Formats: sequence, C-alpha cells, structure tokens
Amino acid sequence: MSFDPAITLFSCHYTSQQSCAEEGKELERLGFPAGINLVRVACTGKLQVTTLLKAFEDGADGVYVVGCPEDGCHNVKGSIRAAKRVAAVREALVELGVEGERVEMYHLPRGLHPEFVEKGKEMDSRIRELGPSPFQG
Amino acid sequence: MIVAERKPMAEIIEMVQDCKKVLVLACRGCVTVCSAGGEREAEILSSLIRLGMKKGGKSIEVVTASLVRQCDREYIDEMDQFEDDGYDAVVSTACGVGVNFISNLRKDTMVYPALNTSFMGGSAEQGEWTEQCAGCGDCVLHLTGGLCPVARCAKSLMNGPCGGSVDGTCEIHSDVECVWQSIYDRLGSFGKSAQMEVIAPIRDWSAAGHGGPRKVVRDDLTV
Ligand code: SF4
Ligand code: SF4
Repeated sequence: MSFDPAITLFSCHYTSQQSCAEEGKELERLGFPAGINLVRVACTGKLQVTTLLKAFEDGADGVYVVGCPEDGCHNVKGSIRAAKRVAAVREALVELGVEGERVEMYHLPRGLHPEFVEKGKEMDSRIRELGPSPFQG
Repeated sequence: MIVAERKPMAEIIEMVQDCKKVLVLACRGCVTVCSAGGEREAEILSSLIRLGMKKGGKSIEVVTASLVRQCDREYIDEMDQFEDDGYDAVVSTACGVGVNFISNLRKDTMVYPALNTSFMGGSAEQGEWTEQCAGCGDCVLHLTGGLCPVARCAKSLMNGPCGGSVDGTCEIHSDVECVWQSIYDRLGSFGKSAQMEVIAPIRDWSAAGHGGPRKVVRDDLTV
C-alpha cells in the first residue's frame, strides 16, 4: 500500500539539535522524511500517556519518541520514564487490536548525529508498511 | 487503600458500544493513590474509548470529570451537575463501591465499571501493591504480630504454618511469602513465640461477610 504517513515525533532539546542546524534546513537536506511532525519538548520525561494518545487522536499514523541514552539522560531519568509511557501506549494499542509498532521509543546520543535521521527513515518505512492508522474512522 | 486495575479495553468498548456520549468519572480517593482510576487515568481511558470506538467506525463523545469520592452520598449528589448533559452512561473509574453507590443513588443513571477492584492493600515499592487485609470483621492482628493470616496466608489458616511452608515461602509459589513463617519470626523477635502454641478456636466467619452483606451503624454519628 502506498500512502504518505503522518508521523508525530516527540524529541527532547538535546537529541533533536539537528533540527536547528542550518536554520532548520539540515534535516531536509539529509532526507529526513517530510511527513514527520517534530514536536520538541524540554525533556521526554515530561510526556504523558495522554500526550501520545492525543497524537493518534489527532490523526497520526505513527508516533515515536526520541530521548537521551538510558544511562545518559540530561535529566537523569527522563528518557527512562518516556520509554515506560511509550510501552504503556503500545500495550493499550494492542488491547485495541492495533499494531503496537505504531509507537516507538528511541534512545539516541545528544547533539548532531546521523541516527536521528536514520530512525526517522526507519519509522517512516515501518508506518508505510503498516498502512494508514486504523483510528481514521 | 482499595487497589484496582483497569479492565481490558475490549470489555470497556463493548460496554459503551451503543453510546453516543459518556461521562468518564474519576474518583479522587483510593484509586487515585493506586493510579488506577484518578483524573490522569480517566483522561487516558477517555482517549482510549474514543480511539477504540473510532477503530470500530463509530464516534462517541467522551467527557471526563471527577468526584472527591464515589463512596459517599454527599459527593454522589454532586452528580446533579451532569444531569442535563445527556450522557448515555457513566463509566466510573472508582472501585466497585463507587459503581454500586452510583447505582444505588442515581436511579436514572446507567453506570459501567472501568476497573476490576482487586483488594485492600498497600504500596511498599513504587508501582507495586500487595494485599494486606481482607476485611474479615474480627481482627486477630494482636495475636499474630501484626501480620494478617486471613489475607496473606493462601489458606487463611488460623493455626499456621502448614506443611507446605519451605524456607519462608508458601507452597503455592516460591514468590509468595509464608506469612506464618513471618508471624513466627516476628513474634520471636518480641520474645512472644509462645503465642504460636495457643490453639486458635474454630472461627465464626459470619463477621467476614459469610452472613450476608455487612453494615456498620454508629448511633453517635446519626442525628
Ligand atoms: S469510591 Fe472506592 S476508590 Fe473511591 S474513595 Fe471510595 S472506596 Fe476509594
Ligand atoms: S485479621 Fe481480618 S481485619 Fe485483621 S488484617 Fe486480617 S483480614 Fe483484616
């Protein structure tokens, strides 16, 4: 199935610095998927389960979170908390009969690094394969 | 506190299948403390109900609100404020007491339980709750070093431990503490292990609910 997925990415300031490089043009230049809507948050530990669910309610086909490495979060345990909430959302999706892979957590290095773009591409192709969100009504 | 867990979503979605508008009603009592049915969990549930219905091709309006408690008439009376809102049903995230109280006191309100009410317990570790008391109506904690054999012994033995006690664990599972071993150790640490030798008489369980639903009436509090 070919469609252009709408993906919401929540990322902390520390892991998404690339989005600021070249006045925001670098990500585009590196082939970061255009359908990814990046929401920067001070710390992913601030994200609530409802925040992630709301993204699905608002029409996202997939949602993912990028936070600091588990053992190197700027706010100590922020990204671990985020991972727990992502896991809770994943469980809830499965309960609703929806693929849990539509939500994901990545722990990436801080600063400018290629993985940020890589994971975006990974998520984009995963959601393309899964097809549109079953929550579209 | 009363400890509860959210029911599986499939069960909840089935309950509200024919509803166009529901009120998800949180309780700010026990279930807030055990993170099963407070305001935050009610918001999550509301979102999941909307998503679940959408997936089934249906739309539903879900509004979230909360009461201080759902086990007191004075707070249930506050539901008057929702009377004119045209809800098809209330989905209560209180314990079973709350759901019963809404049913008892609001004859025109259909109410569904969002939680499975599990037990009376406490939390010693973050995110973990364990059963501590079964509300038996005839407490024996003064004889057992403050540890409950009714709720915490798999067989509710009054003269334990049984032969299945191994190295402090219960025969039903190696993860389960043998509370009678703990009672023995604890009484011993107070120099009271002789208490273990007192034969507990056959128990009258009528106070534990085996004589029908229980009721407490305090004349000094009624006017
Ligand atoms: S309704 Fe249940 S959960 Fe809420 S305060 Fe009362 S006993 Fe606790
Ligand atoms: S003996 Fe009865 S009242 Fe006392 S803690 Fe155990 S169950 Fe509760």
